[in-house]
Amino acid sequence: MTPPRELVVISGKGGTGKTSVVAAFAALAGGAVLADCDVDAADLHLVLHPELGQEHPFSGRRQAIIDPDECTACGRCAEVCRFAAVLGTLDDGYSVDPIACEGCELCRRICPAEAIRMEPVVNGAWMVSETRFGPLVHARLGVAEDNSGKLVTLVRNEARRVAQERGLPLVIVDGSPGIGCPVISSLAGADLVLAVTEPTVSGRHDLDRVLQVVRQFRLPFAVCVNKADLNPDLGEQIAAEATAAGAAFVASVAYDPAVTHAQVAGTDIIDYGGRAAAEITTVWEAVGDALLAAAERDVHDA
Amino acid sequence: MRIAIASGKGGTGKTTLATNLATMLAGRGVTVRLLDADVEEPDCHLFLRPEVERREPVSVLVPTVDEERCTACGVCAEVCAFHAITMIGSTVLVFPELCHSCGACSLLCPEEAISEEGRDTGVVEYGTVTAGDRPVFPLVTGVLSVGEAKAVPTTRATIASLDGVAEDVILIDAPPGTSCPVIEAVRGSDLVVLVTEPTPFGLHDLTLAVDMVRALGLRCVVAVNRADLGDDGVRRYCAAEGLEIVLELPNDRRIAEAYARGELLLDAVDGLEEMLGALWEHIVAAAYRLEVTS
Repeated sequence: MTPPRELVVISGKGGTGKTSVVAAFAALAGGAVLADCDVDAADLHLVLHPELGQEHPFSGRRQAIIDPDECTACGRCAEVCRFAAVLGTLDDGYSVDPIACEGCELCRRICPAEAIRMEPVVNGAWMVSETRFGPLVHARLGVAEDNSGKLVTLVRNEARRVAQERGLPLVIVDGSPGIGCPVISSLAGADLVLAVTEPTVSGRHDLDRVLQVVRQFRLPFAVCVNKADLNPDLGEQIAAEATAAGAAFVASVAYDPAVTHAQVAGTDIIDYGGRAAAEITTVWEAVGDALLAAAERDVHDA
Repeated sequence: MRIAIASGKGGTGKTTLATNLATMLAGRGVTVRLLDADVEEPDCHLFLRPEVERREPVSVLVPTVDEERCTACGVCAEVCAFHAITMIGSTVLVFPELCHSCGACSLLCPEEAISEEGRDTGVVEYGTVTAGDRPVFPLVTGVLSVGEAKAVPTTRATIASLDGVAEDVILIDAPPGTSCPVIEAVRGSDLVVLVTEPTPFGLHDLTLAVDMVRALGLRCVVAVNRADLGDDGVRRYCAAEGLEIVLELPNDRRIAEAYARGELLLDAVDGLEEMLGALWEHIVAAAYRLEVTS
């Protein structure tokens, strides 16, 4: 069978409605694998109420540990550490700040007393859970932890694996805000990127930056202007700019308090109904068309 | 006094609070400096339109190999914990975007064939806000270059710009979330103001942010935006955790529309000046209280 297609939903700016849109798409797709790649603040489970699957530990890095019995307090480790992660003084001895340590292992390699060892840091967990709309692969990153990019990649790979195993044609990825490492990790190889924005000066500015990243990766993309009636002129300007930048389509969804009401009721907006539900359904149809077009291009290119 | 404005969830109003609070304080004659440390998506400048006087590139060190000296022994690839160096036959290949600048390769190369050179991944912009007849204050903005994955060096450089500054109040607009760039931005603050909204997403992400703040040994207060929206989960959580709510901003379409246009709420919403004044008193009291107890 053909490998599953992957739709990645991002936003640049936070709080534009990514997760609400993804939950709605999950309801409309009826049988896609969902991947919550906003591992910093994963919220999809709050509206999908999954039956939680088994937790698997995630270790994104290793950390240096200094054995105080072996340490001769020569201070060489503190000297070479670029991350200011070695704490202590010649008199008091040394230890490693677990948050600052990036696991480069240089201290262990140069320690003349061989007093330093590396230990994996379990800094998160991931699971495959079951929702009313299909499997959900999600994760939790330990608080104050690094390497969310690695965890994002893991979640996406697992989602693809689950899709293939169960013969499901589509993976829907809920991405994170920003343009840095977790976003870049969630984009690579996507069949379609949907950027959800809002008609505000910051929504426009942040969309512009994240679309530059998307275009660097040469990925097909579309834009959804959420809460479009908040500032119709700016909404139209954003739409025109996105079209000029090569968006497959630009759709808009009106501000609808029902989106918040649905969230408070712990359900998706499609279930709840209303204007936004109808408009998101139209966006979903456009997503389907764009994914088909991308698939046809792939066949043609092959 | 250094106050960081952060949130678990994005889009809750960090930037709104930071820009309006800084402007209000400057208007009251307080010397204030605002840092935009949300380097992936820095937005304060959209509302404050500073005059940028100086741009300093943020440079990270990456290895460069002297092919004359290199014997293709492979030690550099072996010691790189981040797979940023690999050997293809007898050629050393460097992937600069994976490099953490730890210096292991250059220090451990037996031939001393590796040196490090700077690679720009962002910029810190130094500007002055001179809106209308309001008093001026400095705005420092960290901007991550588009396509760069690692935000932390730019965040770090933005915060490092605080060394030796003279203002009485430093406000930091932090990025959303709870991971490395956020930690870099809030560390060293006297108090963290966590902005949230009273929805299930807002509550869930607030609990993560509170855990982060506590893991760093910092203390926090909570500001609730769109306070009449949603449910009372955030309020109940704050009561149970002993977290002070220092501001409740209403869900007002005028606020949303002014924000959408890139205006300060101080200009658009009556009574906001007083609300922010009260907020500031709460913040000062909380920071002072924490100082006494710690």
